[in-house]
Amino acid sequence: MIKNHFFIAICLALFTFFYACKQDKKLPFYGERHAETVKDANGTEKIDTVYQTIPNWSFLNQDSVVTTNKATDGKIYIADFFFTSCTTICPTMHRNLMTVYNEFKSNPDVMFVSHTIDFKYDKPSVLKKYAQKLGVDGSKWQFLYGTKDSVYTLAEKNYLVAVGEDSTAKDGYIHQGYLVLIDKDRRIRGAYDGTKEDQVEQLKRDIPVLLAEYKK
Amino acid sequence: MRKFIIHSILICSVIAIIISCQNQETIDLQNYMSNGKDIYKAKCQNCHGENGEGLGQLAPPLTDSVFLKTNKARLACIIKNGASETLVIHDKTYQEKMPGFPELADIDVAQVMVYVTNSFGNKQGFVSYDQVSTQLQNCK
Repeated sequence: MIKNHFFIAICLALFTFFYACKQDKKLPFYGERHAETVKDANGTEKIDTVYQTIPNWSFLNQDSVVTTNKATDGKIYIADFFFTSCTTICPTMHRNLMTVYNEFKSNPDVMFVSHTIDFKYDKPSVLKKYAQKLGVDGSKWQFLYGTKDSVYTLAEKNYLVAVGEDSTAKDGYIHQGYLVLIDKDRRIRGAYDGTKEDQVEQLKRDIPVLLAEYKK
Repeated sequence: MRKFIIHSILICSVIAIIISCQNQETIDLQNYMSNGKDIYKAKCQNCHGENGEGLGQLAPPLTDSVFLKTNKARLACIIKNGASETLVIHDKTYQEKMPGFPELADIDVAQVMVYVTNSFGNKQGFVSYDQVSTQLQNCK
């Protein structure tokens, strides 16, 4: 009799275990949020959570073409902040990001956006050379140049990545090496340390999860 | 019986001494390799990669044994002072500047140089601290 109960208990445990696995995994939302009363299609009011979003932006890309958020609208993208003469974390970040790029190169729903924080030296022509030497061609990966104010504000306020000038640092700038995952509604859904291989692997696993949210 | 035990202990210790008695250069090489690896990780790996594979055309690989051999006398200077001239490695040209690492002491340069020239498929043997020190004094 006890044996029987034990058997049933194990069955139940296994069942819940497998059931839990089948639940759709969802990525978290980062940044500030607030509740807002919205009206749905039928006109009934309900309270919804509104998450922090990336505002409109406009920069010059590596081909000196004005590029705006229209390039990434309706896509998920990975954003990061770097500069071409950086010898510390940037090469590692972009070495790792290259592996992500190569994996999702053929997916039209995924884009890459790298902002330079070296507003003095990294003009579009410098960015172009850098991209080519890194092995990136085409518009899937945008390297963007903008004024100090616009880029630094976007980094700290919107992407939540710390950047700054620092005359004591070896290359003159300091910044965090996060790869920030943005969804199709411009919300922050992940931040991965681009210098750590295991976190970049996690990013590679999370991209399909995020894409799956939009397939219904 | 007692004699036998004493004899066997004696023979064992003689064998142990012979085995552990490697020549000084092999021991130095091992020391340099292990310290060099730490310095490589901290200073070089960002650009040149964990396995010396380089990074696109931004940073050359460290696997060109011919380049390393023909430029052996210059390597220490490149590590310490960087390089701004175009380098041809594996038949490809690399024009990006390599930064210098003036904070490295001569011994650090020697160790990381020994590590690079004996890793990633390279096998060029030991270079002593004295040799590297002399090379560094004659950098152009």
